[in-house]
Amino acid sequence: MIAETTLPLTLAVPIVGSLLIWLAKSRPNLREGVTLVTALILFGLVLTILVPVIDGARPSVKLVEIYPGFDLTFTVEPLGASFATIASFLWIITSLYSIGYMRGHHEAYQTRFYAFFALALASTMGIALAGNMLTLFIFYEALSISTYPLVTHSGTPEAKRAGRVYLGILLGTSIGLQLLAVGITWVTAGTLDFTEGGILSGKASDGLVVLLMALYLFGIGKAAVMPFHRWLPAAMVAPTPVSALLHAVAVVKAGVFTVLKVVIYIFGLDLLTTTGASLWLAYVAGATIIIASLVAMTKDNLKARLAYSTVSQLSYIVLGAMLATSTGVLGGAMHIAMHAFGKITLFFCAGAILVAAHKTEISEMHGLGRKMPFTFAAFFLGSLSIIGLPPMGGAWSKWEIALGAAESGQAILVGVLMVSSLLNVAYLIPVAVRGFLPAGGAGNPDSGERWEIREAPLFCVVPLCFTAVASLVLFFYADDLYAFLQPIGGGG
Amino acid sequence: MISAHLPALQVVVPLLAAPVCLLLRNRHAAWLLAALVTWATFIIALGLLAQVADRGTISYAIGDWAPPWGIEYRVDLFGALVLVIVSGIGSLVMPFARINVEREIPAERIYLFYVMYLLCLTGLLGIAITGDAFNLFVFLEISSLSSYVLISLGHDRRALTAALRYLIMGTLGATFYVIGIGLLYMVTGTLNMADLAQRVPDLLHLRTVEAALAFLIVGISLKLALFPLHLWLPNAYAFAPTTVTIFLAATATKVSVYVIIRIIYTVYGGAPIFREGILNEALMGLGMLSMVAAGLVAIYQSNVKRLLAYSSVSQIGYMVLGLSFGSVIGLAAGIVHLFNHAIMKAALFMALGCATQQVRAVSFDDLAGLGRQMPVTMGALVVGALSLIGLPLTVGFVTKWYLIQAALQDGAWLAVIVILASGLFAVVYTWRIVEAAYFRPLPEDREEVREAPLGMLIPLVILAGACVVFGIGATWPMDLALAAAESLIGARP
Repeated sequence: MIAETTLPLTLAVPIVGSLLIWLAKSRPNLREGVTLVTALILFGLVLTILVPVIDGARPSVKLVEIYPGFDLTFTVEPLGASFATIASFLWIITSLYSIGYMRGHHEAYQTRFYAFFALALASTMGIALAGNMLTLFIFYEALSISTYPLVTHSGTPEAKRAGRVYLGILLGTSIGLQLLAVGITWVTAGTLDFTEGGILSGKASDGLVVLLMALYLFGIGKAAVMPFHRWLPAAMVAPTPVSALLHAVAVVKAGVFTVLKVVIYIFGLDLLTTTGASLWLAYVAGATIIIASLVAMTKDNLKARLAYSTVSQLSYIVLGAMLATSTGVLGGAMHIAMHAFGKITLFFCAGAILVAAHKTEISEMHGLGRKMPFTFAAFFLGSLSIIGLPPMGGAWSKWEIALGAAESGQAILVGVLMVSSLLNVAYLIPVAVRGFLPAGGAGNPDSGERWEIREAPLFCVVPLCFTAVASLVLFFYADDLYAFLQPIGGGG
Repeated sequence: MISAHLPALQVVVPLLAAPVCLLLRNRHAAWLLAALVTWATFIIALGLLAQVADRGTISYAIGDWAPPWGIEYRVDLFGALVLVIVSGIGSLVMPFARINVEREIPAERIYLFYVMYLLCLTGLLGIAITGDAFNLFVFLEISSLSSYVLISLGHDRRALTAALRYLIMGTLGATFYVIGIGLLYMVTGTLNMADLAQRVPDLLHLRTVEAALAFLIVGISLKLALFPLHLWLPNAYAFAPTTVTIFLAATATKVSVYVIIRIIYTVYGGAPIFREGILNEALMGLGMLSMVAAGLVAIYQSNVKRLLAYSSVSQIGYMVLGLSFGSVIGLAAGIVHLFNHAIMKAALFMALGCATQQVRAVSFDDLAGLGRQMPVTMGALVVGALSLIGLPLTVGFVTKWYLIQAALQDGAWLAVIVILASGLFAVVYTWRIVEAAYFRPLPEDREEVREAPLGMLIPLVILAGACVVFGIGATWPMDLALAAAESLIGARP
């Protein structure tokens, strides 16, 4: 089988790419070339894995025995395949964008940036394709560590502080809670393999299931469920491409992806439904959705607002997972894809505005849309997708999650989702609208600026238009995604 | 055949080389001899390990005097593993020492350093190989006395008081040990550990045997630096010459852990004293206290060497905790941590040594900006730090994973929490070092700092690499540790 051969390569390729990037450090063009080629090869490899999975195969490879009785195992199922596809595809786009951004913004230490970026992608692939919980945990931690130099890229005291919060929360939760949960799972179930229908059923008492579910959910700090969400806004000190791919897609989605994996393949939906272990956590997620949206409204800094928006949107997926119904889980899995395209667009736009106009605060963006029409149009489309309005991809996933909540008879949660959509409108639409409104009064950018504001470099603008259009296209192809993901919900 | 005499050679070669070094007087020649001898002991240790893995426990009668009348050298899997650790770290330290010692020790005393180093190595190897409880005491003294001297060679004058303090505490410990052995001899009439192991478990009801155990455990705990008997360690490590710190931190305490495991599991037969006594609870409690207290104290250190020294005390707690469960998996976790901690702590102290070689001091301010100036050294430091935290793909995680399993199987929830918490303390104290190296700009009054010489970098990179290699492929050390633990406990789980 071709997929079995290419599986280990999906990890090896970005790692080798990272080394080559390091070697090419004195020649920027070659270095960025290596990044792009690596990203392209990786995407190609992921496709070779994706194709058999669509046909219903579940390729699996045992790489090496790391500890007696524990293998580094990779197994592909639809959820992981879709996550790997999204992450590797968006890496290509982000690499193009990075070239425009990093050069346009005259960032230092670009070699380190590209090298660790590739390592972060390798870790993401490890998470997406992991065949057992220990493998997943290993790459989960690798992702925290490999993104740390990216978050603290600027090396300022601010970055150092943010880095502390970042590592402190991510390592604190994973070492303190998640590892414990994995340990208990192993001792209880005697296996850590991801198995359809779960591995804990019949082995763990109800009380233990409740405890474990909580340990997992709060231990997976990357899912940013309150009160462990602070690392995500802190991570915004990173250069924008990092915020875009890693803190809107790879890292945060790795978190919710892990939550989904645990719910589906460790506990099994049936076990959670019968014990009700996860329902109270759905309310925690609901609270996170509302509170984070409210906080987002108070932020004037665009990236900070987007970060809190991400916190809120991640909890949609968590909420879907915690409902532990097949509709909820499917909705959550779809939202991984939909939110990825929408949010990366918004971050790309924020970065483009920074590069072109040197603006970070929303209140300063009056009239910018007239100078940067493509950027703001893309921002508008991205916003619609995040809000969940047709004809954008986000509409379907939110619909599914709401349907899941309704099916479970959780009227309050349905209400939460509705209110949240309104809040999304309230904090996202004004940004785009403000951009297109005529700039008036003292805040007139024409009068006070020393330079002419134009669109950001082509390398920045093309990717963001592309992802905006992609989230539009996803609206029409949501059916295919749904059909592909269907097996994870237990056949529908 | 020479291979039949490996157990004797393991100890005799470095022992005889020491006086030869003294006669040589030339520091270069002394280094060359010491290095060759250390490397030879490593090869011998590997040979022994291969033999033991192949054919089982080796018993060697010194001078052909059959045990229990003569002294028996007895190498089992556990002993062979400790021999490999000690001689392996010793071998890696040698190239580092050649350069480092030149800077830290006056030239006319350097040959004496190598004499003491070889004696210390002899003592440590002897402890791990001997099958005779009194002979063990002799080797304990050889290693202790030579390490007092080694510590006092530090160029800071506080090294003298640190050495004196260690001497007092160490002597107390050795005395306690010998009292314990004396009591056992009184009751059983033998000093051979294999003999003791047959008699002692039946005599556990005797107050004398109980008292002997108390003396032995307290005595070794002093050498082990188990909380609250650890007070000699931080200063000794902080003010000793860097080479000495690396060597002792990676080997001396490990050998003491070896002794405590030997006494509990071989001489006293393990399970019986655990079942009825309070010993396991005491050890578990002290182990956890070590982990927590020393971990917390480490956070507040301003001298990086002392910080790492406290971290050692904390890590010793891991090993003691592991052996206190009395289960195969717990003991194996403790044993594998001997190996894991030896390489990670050696890597950390060595990285620090490379830094001090170039900038001469060890406060956080002195590390400022070195991340850029000494990328290899600081990279190795980060790898060591990640191991200490116990992140996956490093050796630290292997230990932690098995310790947690052991604690969960035992239902020891407090232990689980302590294990996890002490990992978090490690995040805090190691990240202070990382931040100092990478986020502070190079002080303006300091000229360009260069990367350390290759002779120091190569052993460092090997150690840091080992942290990762044995973290990913932990099958080999873990299988060894499991097998050793099984044979010590004498039953499958």
